[in-house]
Amino acid sequence: MLTYIRRISTYFFVAASLSFSAVYADDQPDHDGHSGADKINETEHAIENNLEAHEEEFNIGQMIMHHIADSHEWEFAHGVVLPLPVILYSQDRGLEVFSSANFHNEHHEYNGYHLVHGDAETIEPVDQSRTVYDFSITKNVASMFISAILLLLIFTSVAKSYSTRQGKAPKGLQSAMEVLILFIRDEVVKPNIGPGYQKYLPYMLTLFFFILINNLLGLLPGAANVTGNIAITMTLAVITFIIVHINSNKHYWMHLVKPTGVPVALLPIMIPVEIVGVFMKPFSLMIRLFANMTAGHIILLSLFGLIFIFKSIAIAPVISGFALFMNFIEIMVAFIQAFIFTLLSSMYIGSAIEDHHEADHGH
Amino acid sequence: MALLTPALGLIFWMLVVFLLLVFILRKFAWKPIIDGLNAREKEIQGALDLAEQTKAEMAKMQSDNQKLIAEANAARDQIIREAKEASERMIAESKDKAIAEGQKMIDSARETIRNEQQAAIATMKKEVATLSLQIAEQVLRRELSDKASQEKLIAELASGARLN
Repeated sequence: MLTYIRRISTYFFVAASLSFSAVYADDQPDHDGHSGADKINETEHAIENNLEAHEEEFNIGQMIMHHIADSHEWEFAHGVVLPLPVILYSQDRGLEVFSSANFHNEHHEYNGYHLVHGDAETIEPVDQSRTVYDFSITKNVASMFISAILLLLIFTSVAKSYSTRQGKAPKGLQSAMEVLILFIRDEVVKPNIGPGYQKYLPYMLTLFFFILINNLLGLLPGAANVTGNIAITMTLAVITFIIVHINSNKHYWMHLVKPTGVPVALLPIMIPVEIVGVFMKPFSLMIRLFANMTAGHIILLSLFGLIFIFKSIAIAPVISGFALFMNFIEIMVAFIQAFIFTLLSSMYIGSAIEDHHEADHGH
Repeated sequence: MALLTPALGLIFWMLVVFLLLVFILRKFAWKPIIDGLNAREKEIQGALDLAEQTKAEMAKMQSDNQKLIAEANAARDQIIREAKEASERMIAESKDKAIAEGQKMIDSARETIRNEQQAAIATMKKEVATLSLQIAEQVLRRELSDKASQEKLIAELASGARLN
């Protein structure tokens, strides 16, 4: 019975979260009556015209959005662009793969698809009746690949040094990483998950280092804002949510339906609160990381934007100094947010698998 | 709003990359690393335990040594005490013996002196007797030349003998 509920709720949440983006993308063009393609072209041309007509005029909002949003090409610096592969799937045409460089034409159109430069880049079919799913290797995906490869290289080499330098003191990269691994294991995972933490340790370590390396890579100039993207943080939060609900015990579910120490009269209020709380925890995980990383990028970009708004070279050293200071804070935030996500995930798992549940009904 | 809209493709790739990362790292990185860390922790703990044990052993040995020293001291004291007692006893014994010997010597000397005295007295008596006899002989020789005196003497001797 419990596993049934568990499975249903898990499926529901996954399905809801996965369909969210597709539904939203489909809905957007249908809001107004006239043809979506025309509207897209209009706005597109408006933006283009705006850019061309006021080449001098600097739009800081657009600049910031352009930098923090995902893109189908990787712009390292102004004009230095690496086109990335576009992978589309549609029912009628199947899988289509082509380079995003093909969109470099007057109308940003290729093969019946339109690249829309809005706040975020999307690929829309010119024919509005078609539904297309975009699985492109975007800037964020490419950056994620790089960080994944880096993680693999770093930690397989660290793992190797544990076997080659057995019985010796740690050295170099091994000792640098060991501090973090031990910190995650002894200060985050062990006290919060409790006995049986070993099962979750690989996930927690991967989670921490994945978020950390993406946070840090995101601070490099020209890099992607991976952990400041809601799709990434949502996937992480959903994975944590699934792990929690696959492993949760009877106490966790009983606490949901019948919180201990709550008068019966309050149950109609408490049960919805508890159920909302279940979804609130992954939701807050998702928003926290996303908002923190995006906010950091926005602050830095705003500071740099100030130079172009003032159009004065004299202001540049001041701004640069302040941006340097902010960068240090962002490095700290990169560590803190990776730590917080891992800490809250382990607390969340710990609360679902602990045996006695009497102590913390006060939340 | 575009910022808050998760993109399907990104979710897909994220899932693929992240789950692959979890599985690959679990097998090839976290497992050897955690095993290595555990092994090292065990080793360090073992070394610490050994050090603790050695320390306890050392302390025990030290207390043993202390005890041995105390025992040796006690034994030495006793030996010295016994030796002192023995020497005192010997001194006392020899003193007694010497006193007894001296007494004996004194006694024997007294005996000898007395014997000598006796002998001397006896000799003196004999000498005195002989001397008296010689004197008497002399006296008698002179007296006998006078007839009256002889008679007087005989009378005297006879009266004396009568009284006895």
